[in-house]
Amino acid sequence: MDARYEPKILALICTYCTYTAADMAGSLRLQYPPNVRVVKLLCTGKVDVLHLLAAFKAGADAVMVSGCEIGDCHFLEGNLRAKERVAHAKELIAEIGLEPERLEMFHIGASDAPQWAKAVEMMTRRAKELGPSPLRKLEAAALAAEGVAA
Amino acid sequence: MIVAERKPFAEIAQAVAGYRRVLVVGCGTCVAVCLAGGEKEAGILAAQLDLAGQLAGRQQRFATACVERQCDREFLSELDAAAREHDALLSLACGAGVQFLAERHPTLPVLAGLNTTFIGVNQDVGRWDERCRACTDCLLSLTGGVCPVTMCPKGMVNGPCGGAVEGRCETDPERDCAWTVIHARLSDSDRLANLEVLVPPRDHSRANLPGRQAHAAYLRRYSSHD
Repeated sequence: MDARYEPKILALICTYCTYTAADMAGSLRLQYPPNVRVVKLLCTGKVDVLHLLAAFKAGADAVMVSGCEIGDCHFLEGNLRAKERVAHAKELIAEIGLEPERLEMFHIGASDAPQWAKAVEMMTRRAKELGPSPLRKLEAAALAAEGVAA
Repeated sequence: MIVAERKPFAEIAQAVAGYRRVLVVGCGTCVAVCLAGGEKEAGILAAQLDLAGQLAGRQQRFATACVERQCDREFLSELDAAAREHDALLSLACGAGVQFLAERHPTLPVLAGLNTTFIGVNQDVGRWDERCRACTDCLLSLTGGVCPVTMCPKGMVNGPCGGAVEGRCETDPERDCAWTVIHARLSDSDRLANLEVLVPPRDHSRANLPGRQAHAAYLRRYSSHD
């Protein structure tokens, strides 16, 4: 594996819980890998299977969805729907030959900043072990063929 | 309604492998309700095929479209312009829809993305059970609204086979014996005398294959033109 490889991880997270935890992680000066790109959502119930597939198409090495703890969703069951959709999307990416471990669902409460840092560390470690997404490698190869610096 | 399920992904991927521009066509009626071939499923399948094509190093493009019903010409006509822009059409309709689409575009490969399973009912979110075999000779008035042709694996129309054990079918102990259910239903509605009616052997001449029927009003209006 290329030692210079730094995974790109997309995090789709809920404003009521995980985003607040991530914000607190910043206030607490908790260190965690900078590989994660955060997209704040009003609820993980907004996450669609198509968004998850689009993330991989766009070159994400891993995708994490993080919502409220079970039973704590501001909209009652958005996090439960997200959990099911992530499970479904895992099956869909496995069918096309991509490792389902590149996608994971988390439940992190608003006060759990250390847990957010741990989740990002875990996902970054996993993405490094898996290596670059084959889709991203193809994208880089296509760009190189066109003479564009990746 | 018609119930169908998506074919295994590998089978679909293999079928479309040779085509550069593929239009994935959803059908917005029965197969949309059974979560197999509606607009959403067409989008997901196209996204999956797109990623799989990239992984395999193929230069392929997948677009999606969805019509209300693929078994009606007036809806299929909406696709004519889009179809001309593609090398193949991947239909997510039941078998009837796939054939009607293929009939409309005889020069284009029209591929099937679903396996049509049965005519059934919605038991729960995501669960369907077969209820009708479209046998053309309905016995439901006699049999208490329980179809012996469909619900009995042996299709016994004049009473049970005798193999039932405690009201369960001998072919599958998880399944109720259709005739036990019919007896209970007729008993509850005070129609046990129906059991004495002898159903004659099926008149297979009525089951014209492939089926065709015309409404009387249609015949009155158009028969002189045939």
